[in-house]
Amino acid sequence: MTVEKHDIVIIGGGSAGIAAAISAYNNGCKDILLLEKDAELGGILLQCIHNGFGLHRFGEELAGPAYAEKWTNMLKDTSVKVKLNTTVIHLHKDKTLTYVNPVEGYVTISAKAIVLALGCRERSRGAIATPGYRPSGVWTAGTAQKYLNMQGYMVGRRIFILGSGDIGLIMARRMVLEGAEVLGVAEIMPYSNGLPRNIKQCLDDFDIPLYLSHTVTDIRGKDRLNGITVSRVDDDLNPISGTEMDFDVDTLLMSVGLIPDTALLTEAGISLHPKTKGAVVDEHMMTDVPGIFSCGNGLHVHDLVDFVSMEGEEAGLAAAKYAAGNLSGSRGVKVSAGEGISYVLPSYISPQDMEETLEIKLRVKKNARDVKLALRQGDKLIKELKKLRVAPSEMEKLKVTKAELKDVTGELSISLEN
Amino acid sequence: MVIYMTDTTTKTFTCIVCPRGCEVTATMNSAGDIEKIEGNFCPRGAEYVKNELTHPLRQLTSTVIIHGGIYNRLPVILSSEIPKDKMMDVMKALNGVEVTAPVSRGDIIINNVCGLGVDVIASRSM
Amino acid sequence: MYDIVIIGAGITGSFIAHKLSKRQCKVLVIDKEADVANEASMANSAIVHAGYDPKPGTLKAKLNVIGNRMYPDICNELGVQYVKSSAFVVATDASESRILDTLKTQAADRDIECRDITGDEARELEPNLSAKVIRALEFPTTGIIYPWLVAIALMEEAVLNGVELRLSEEVLSIDRISQESAHKSSPDSCDSASEGYRIHTDKGSYECRYVINAAGVYADDIYGMALGHKPEFSITPKRGEYYVLDEMEHPVVSRVIYPVPGPAGKGVLVVPTIHNNILLGPNSHIADDKEANNNTADALSYVKESVKKTVDNIPFDKVIRCFAGLRPSGDTGDFIIEESKELKGFVNVACIDSPGLASAPAIAEYVTDEVMKEQFDYDRKTTYIHGKPITYMGALSDEDKNRIIADNPDYGEIVCRCCLVSKGEIIDAIRRPVGATTVKAVKKRVGPGLGRCQGGFCEPLVVDILAKELGIDKTEVRYDSKDSIILMEMTKSVNKKEEA
Repeated sequence: MTVEKHDIVIIGGGSAGIAAAISAYNNGCKDILLLEKDAELGGILLQCIHNGFGLHRFGEELAGPAYAEKWTNMLKDTSVKVKLNTTVIHLHKDKTLTYVNPVEGYVTISAKAIVLALGCRERSRGAIATPGYRPSGVWTAGTAQKYLNMQGYMVGRRIFILGSGDIGLIMARRMVLEGAEVLGVAEIMPYSNGLPRNIKQCLDDFDIPLYLSHTVTDIRGKDRLNGITVSRVDDDLNPISGTEMDFDVDTLLMSVGLIPDTALLTEAGISLHPKTKGAVVDEHMMTDVPGIFSCGNGLHVHDLVDFVSMEGEEAGLAAAKYAAGNLSGSRGVKVSAGEGISYVLPSYISPQDMEETLEIKLRVKKNARDVKLALRQGDKLIKELKKLRVAPSEMEKLKVTKAELKDVTGELSISLEN
Repeated sequence: MVIYMTDTTTKTFTCIVCPRGCEVTATMNSAGDIEKIEGNFCPRGAEYVKNELTHPLRQLTSTVIIHGGIYNRLPVILSSEIPKDKMMDVMKALNGVEVTAPVSRGDIIINNVCGLGVDVIASRSM
Repeated sequence: MYDIVIIGAGITGSFIAHKLSKRQCKVLVIDKEADVANEASMANSAIVHAGYDPKPGTLKAKLNVIGNRMYPDICNELGVQYVKSSAFVVATDASESRILDTLKTQAADRDIECRDITGDEARELEPNLSAKVIRALEFPTTGIIYPWLVAIALMEEAVLNGVELRLSEEVLSIDRISQESAHKSSPDSCDSASEGYRIHTDKGSYECRYVINAAGVYADDIYGMALGHKPEFSITPKRGEYYVLDEMEHPVVSRVIYPVPGPAGKGVLVVPTIHNNILLGPNSHIADDKEANNNTADALSYVKESVKKTVDNIPFDKVIRCFAGLRPSGDTGDFIIEESKELKGFVNVACIDSPGLASAPAIAEYVTDEVMKEQFDYDRKTTYIHGKPITYMGALSDEDKNRIIADNPDYGEIVCRCCLVSKGEIIDAIRRPVGATTVKAVKKRVGPGLGRCQGGFCEPLVVDILAKELGIDKTEVRYDSKDSIILMEMTKSVNKKEEA
């Protein structure tokens, strides 16, 4: 059996995948296949009907579906082939993959380069081991969002939200607007994980209390949820006995974190980053399997879709170069997270192979004001960026040029300094 | 019992104009007029707080019933922001609306909703 | 008039129903749950224990050993997966090692395969075994299964062969009926009626000659209903809590790892599953009531600490779910499987806690061929219909998959991306003889929701398919019981109604 071969196969037709496809096309690759599991392109944006997308990219604030449609229309102007309702089942080191769809069945193909734009999933109640019963009425915020915004169903009338991630905050507002009551949001950390704007416009506007340093410690109801207990936590995040508050609610929505979807990566033997939970990549978004690239929320979780698209474009460019034989697979020096930094991406930079400029992405561990992000090789300072304010919920970028890195010979590290 | 009344009140906002997130405090006199705004790093912060105190505006997104589409609901957005206290009025106005596919992004679903001079428009084509 | 009513569609009730479905008798199974195997048979360690540890001379010891030997063939006939995973019972000090000596003797007495190995030999086979382990007994006949799949397959085949099944129906009272009325109502099937029972549920009343009480934690209450007074045994629900770890390429262990058993039972285990998940648990704690299958913070942290004693490198960041089950533990410590001394024809199959799952096929045989041998002397059916096993696309070759998809494209539409389940398989699960009517029942049969997203992506799609297949509104689809509402109402139209 002959295996159909493409220059580039992109897995995932959300914001990262579409951008990667367009970018690869614009950079000279004309044989591109994009595989999307859903019935239309756009990914999770299709259920994110709130506005705020596209300010960086299009200079206007669009609703999620509108942002997706703009990109999808741009894709239509290319010769990129798209297969919908197509789920990739296997991915191998040799860059063959097997997909399935209702029309063709199971098909194995191969590619010179593969871009993974797999998106992320929400951490569930099970993953954080919240005690209590396991009734209906506990959902991740995104699942409730899909029911509400795409199918037009309310999952409940009296809602509590665990976790102050942006999807949770946005769902608080949506549920109130649609007639439900939101009794509160609990966040285990002493600070919110959502954007200040969402705290203001989704909670404060509707007088929804935000309980910082609180978590859900009990879930009641054998069949449908009928109540929860919320407790304050100590500095080690353990619930403090005596601080319990009971809420008479029928629904608990969880907004407790997003995790890159990496089931396919494990099979292909791609190394994962302990902190991001996505692939380990170099400055071209290339994983440790040469020719397989990763980008978007499937690589590390972003806070703004505009940056997801940009990262898709970087991966698309790199894949086009690789497919044309213009990108060596050489691994550069390691870049690690120093003091105060939770992760740095990419994990490797090759000063020889990198583009003229590179934006190193990172997240800090704690809120801080008037600090510096410092890139060093050993003690030697290479680049420094002053920041008025940093927060774990906001991804930071440190831009470096090829010239600035030309003398780098050993491991780099970025740290947060005063 | 003696109640001491102050003739001014203060209100603190986290500015959301930029990621800096300044804590901006406005002081009002007993008539409700703004006397002082402080804590803002830039003039946009003062402008933001003034607007929030006098005529806060909000964007509103929701859905309307659609027939013949890939989903049951069509996402909609407003052509521009509306006064915050009119959000529920607009939500009510969306309740009776039913559209039929095909719809194009930007199509006006409700013209001049609630007489606010703002249109409800489709966020996507369907 | 039924010959036999079985109360309880758990694993024992299902095995008994299956066994009786081969005979010429009229059988009804009633369960208050919305699905077969929905309580203790769903939430347990999912192990077919080898049978070395129950106390000598008990029914548990006898039936566990026989049950373990019966499982591989039964599963093979039903087309349900059974994996002989093997197990280690590990000792970390001299006193624990002495307990291994006892187990070894018991295994020899019961003719159970057993290998006595050193800690180092054990670690060669299970590299993540704790360095503290000094000795292990290996029991190669230990098996792992998905207990609910066995029960469902048994019940499906029973139903195909005439057994009636009433789910979501709760027994409220049981009357004894006189000789004449029992005789009159169905002279064909009750040729030598002596006594009978009328069972009242929340939906109807059913008369029968014999009652088999396989009602799990409620078996004492059910028996009490028939007796009219407190029965001689009572059941204390003992809760066991578990963690489930995500499917992994290389799970932390490949065999079941037991600590040495103690007064509270087999201890906290590390259990591989057929699909490369890992179960950690259970603890054992007396539950407040017979519905209290909630997880508690204390028990979960106890489980976490306990498993560290036997296995290193457990990836706790791979936890995808916690659950708890209630063991129907009796006050005698042994199974109670006998015809009531007071009520003729009323058979208690009660106090079936561990090793209940492993013993279940032997329990059924014991009931029909020993306890009720004379009474259940029905002729064998001359024709018997075999159930068709669930087709899992993942188990087929690509050619077979493509043949099926060419026939029906639904098999090429993936609904559950964690467990790779197609729409076609979900529709099958709903249309089968004992078809799924709830989201949980779909999950039990074909898997959507068992994976790492815990239904986050697939639940809306499964709800959609259930509504279409069952011909109901989406707001009528349930997660499990009739009160486990998923969707409350539609937006827009409902608000409009309020205004009108």
